[in-house]
Amino acid sequence: MSLFLNILIDGVAYGMILFMISVGLSVTMGLMRVINLAHGGFAMVGGVVAHVLMSEAGIGYVPAALLGIVATVALAWPLERLIYRRIYGFGDLQQVLATIGLTFLMIATVNRLQGSSLLALPLPTVLAQSVDLGFRTLPLHRVIVIGVGAVVIVGLWLLIERTRFGIKLRAAVDNRATAGAIGINTGLIYTATFCLGAGLAALGGILGAEMLPIEAYYPLRYMVLFLVVVAVGGMGSIGRSFLAALGLGLIETASRYLVPEFGTIFYFACIILFLALRPKGLWGRLA
Amino acid sequence: MTRLMRIPFAVEALLIALLVIAFFAFPYNLAFVTRILIMVLFVLSIDLVLGFAGIATLGQAALYGTGAYAAGLFAVHVTAAPLPGLLIGMVAGAALAFLSGLVLLRTKGLTLIMLTIAVAQICQEVANKARDVTGGADGLRGIRMEPVLGLFEFDFIGITAYWYVAIVVFIVFLALKRLAAAPLGLSLRGIHESPERMLAIGAPVYRRQVLAYTLGGGIAGIAGALAAQVTQLVSLEVYSFTLSAEALIMLILGGTGRLWGAIVGVVLFMTVHHVAASADPYNWLFFIGFMVLGVVFFLPGGMIRLPQALLRLGRQR
Amino acid sequence: MSAGLQVRGLQKSFGGIIVADDINVDLAPGARVALIGPNGAGKTTFSSLITGKLTPNAGEITLDGQDIRPLGEADRVKAGIAKTFQITTLFRDLTVRDNLRLAAQERDGRARAWFKRADSWAEVEREIDAQLAAFRLEALGDKRVSDLAYGQQRLVEMAMTLMLKPRVLILDEPAAGVPSSDSHLITDAIERLPDDLAVLIIEHDMKLVFRVARSIIVLVNGRILTQGAPNEIAADERVRDLYLGARHHD
Repeated sequence: MSLFLNILIDGVAYGMILFMISVGLSVTMGLMRVINLAHGGFAMVGGVVAHVLMSEAGIGYVPAALLGIVATVALAWPLERLIYRRIYGFGDLQQVLATIGLTFLMIATVNRLQGSSLLALPLPTVLAQSVDLGFRTLPLHRVIVIGVGAVVIVGLWLLIERTRFGIKLRAAVDNRATAGAIGINTGLIYTATFCLGAGLAALGGILGAEMLPIEAYYPLRYMVLFLVVVAVGGMGSIGRSFLAALGLGLIETASRYLVPEFGTIFYFACIILFLALRPKGLWGRLA
Repeated sequence: MTRLMRIPFAVEALLIALLVIAFFAFPYNLAFVTRILIMVLFVLSIDLVLGFAGIATLGQAALYGTGAYAAGLFAVHVTAAPLPGLLIGMVAGAALAFLSGLVLLRTKGLTLIMLTIAVAQICQEVANKARDVTGGADGLRGIRMEPVLGLFEFDFIGITAYWYVAIVVFIVFLALKRLAAAPLGLSLRGIHESPERMLAIGAPVYRRQVLAYTLGGGIAGIAGALAAQVTQLVSLEVYSFTLSAEALIMLILGGTGRLWGAIVGVVLFMTVHHVAASADPYNWLFFIGFMVLGVVFFLPGGMIRLPQALLRLGRQR
Repeated sequence: MSAGLQVRGLQKSFGGIIVADDINVDLAPGARVALIGPNGAGKTTFSSLITGKLTPNAGEITLDGQDIRPLGEADRVKAGIAKTFQITTLFRDLTVRDNLRLAAQERDGRARAWFKRADSWAEVEREIDAQLAAFRLEALGDKRVSDLAYGQQRLVEMAMTLMLKPRVLILDEPAAGVPSSDSHLITDAIERLPDDLAVLIIEHDMKLVFRVARSIIVLVNGRILTQGAPNEIAADERVRDLYLGARHHD
């Protein structure tokens, strides 16, 4: 029972992290049809900035995290305007190469500035505590991750379903040309969506540093994890990305707990089997 | 270059000349030139899969690495004769390509690219976990090769290794050149350009893609086997994403679908790497990053299209 | 058992929307049948059901009395049913001859040969010469398809499809996108198709339809409204109201 609860809590928390990092990837793929292999780089940038602020400027965890997110968005904005905008029209392979190039540049930059060691994001003592539920204790950090994840999904839902921006975004995902023709400024939507995705990735990177430690090779090391969420959940849907991330988080956590020696192998074998049976993802939309 | 390829044996003569010149020009760097040749073979395998058949892959290292481990283990446990080991490497690479291809090639686009990466990662993880067999993170050691054909002993300067690798690469290149001009090559290019039309003229597209992937796997397996035999070491790095990505970059740099592009791209990339990375490995990553972006944005056809690209630029002025 | 393609009671629906309803069609050798109807009438669906791209919910499709429903797309082509597309999807970076060669090598089942050059089968090369001549494309054989005018590309498409030696040929809007100055090229080519070939033409251009078809089927909402000789169809009030009314042919 305790094992089951551990898997559940860790799995859900891990799934939330995967969701926060991958949702931007899914939406930019659905919207701009761009395969952005450098997306994990945004999670890393957030983590690195927060690490530097905490270790070198002595700023606290929460403000450092917020500034890390702001810095990531500030990087994503010109990147989208100057580089990605030109990548959208490329073929699959060209997109993959261009974004691998960007990934290498991100890695090289972090390597240059911070070296290749792990960059710790020590939790403040308040967060490092456990909460007592009476029958058992839970690490507070996991609870907070799950809480933030829930806030993000609700916030995104409200944004998409209840705002003018959301209406325009959905229209643009459905049909870019039509959206442009009826006077929606798709360029602005692209930039805003891209920056939002990057910011959420940074949030996920910082919060998830306990599970996916921040270091220079982060964007390559975890690239497949994030891509899998999109492949399973399909592109361009927030709800589906959420379910896919949660499911994958639970499966991976369970396989790490139950077959620790072969967790990764088991996990990937599951995914390959799944995608072989359903090559177009859970809901069979374009992949 | 295309005109040259029509003159009988011009390609063969040119290749032999290049191999002989390289041998005499770099007497102290033979090991490095040998590495270049192995990489040419590996990139050729990607050219067959991606440049001809249009299968986007970022996991070719899975096939290379499997060939390397198969040949290494064969040398340690069965026989240290090089040629049987090469055959084993080829069969292992082809077998993995066939089995994974049956699954992978049902998908396309992003899912395909991602699954190819995932296959390589699984292989790496399996090799890492099976420490008793593969040596895990320490690498597979204790490979001692017998003389090639029982006649040519591997020397420490690398002369035998150079010619052994050169001849294998030469043979595979010629075989691929024949394939490119033959019905199979034409049919793979057809699949690349329009799978829908291929179906409409009655071609079993999926099965033929599996065939191309399997052939590519065999060639990648040979490349891995050569690497294992010549360096007498197989490490987990043979499965790394960076290897797949760099090989793809070399191919795109040279130009896809024309075989020559693989040679041009590898020589260029490896030479620059040799010079730049020995100076500063971190700046090397900066360098590839900018190089990839430069090629993608300004030279989408690769280096062998450079003359045309410059002409076009000149005309625009 | 009768020769040619027979379709009986063909039915197809997508989630409750019926796109093909009890369709019966006969295409005997030498037939020149046109399938017309307003947009969304189910013309392309019908052709997809014949070629195997879609699977019918009910009904029979036989070729020379053989049930072809179990065959996949590629196998139906091998059985003798070939089609051209609404929008050309030729091998644009290959030469015209290579396009035709590809079809021939699939037909002859030697597409996996890897040692001999693809152009070294003298018999096939002569066949390609003849096919190019039949479509007046002799001068363009070594040009890349992407360098040809659109009308010429459609001719290449037909020539390529004929290399398969089909017994049933489906032409899906052969004149779509062809400038009217070139449309006679298409009409002429269709008129010169082999006599024993069964041809089904799906087309909007009424001028073309009335010139080449000997029988016309009018499809509306997935059902056959009427079928008959061109003069009967032209005189049919329902067809006039429904379809020709909007676009008078002269």
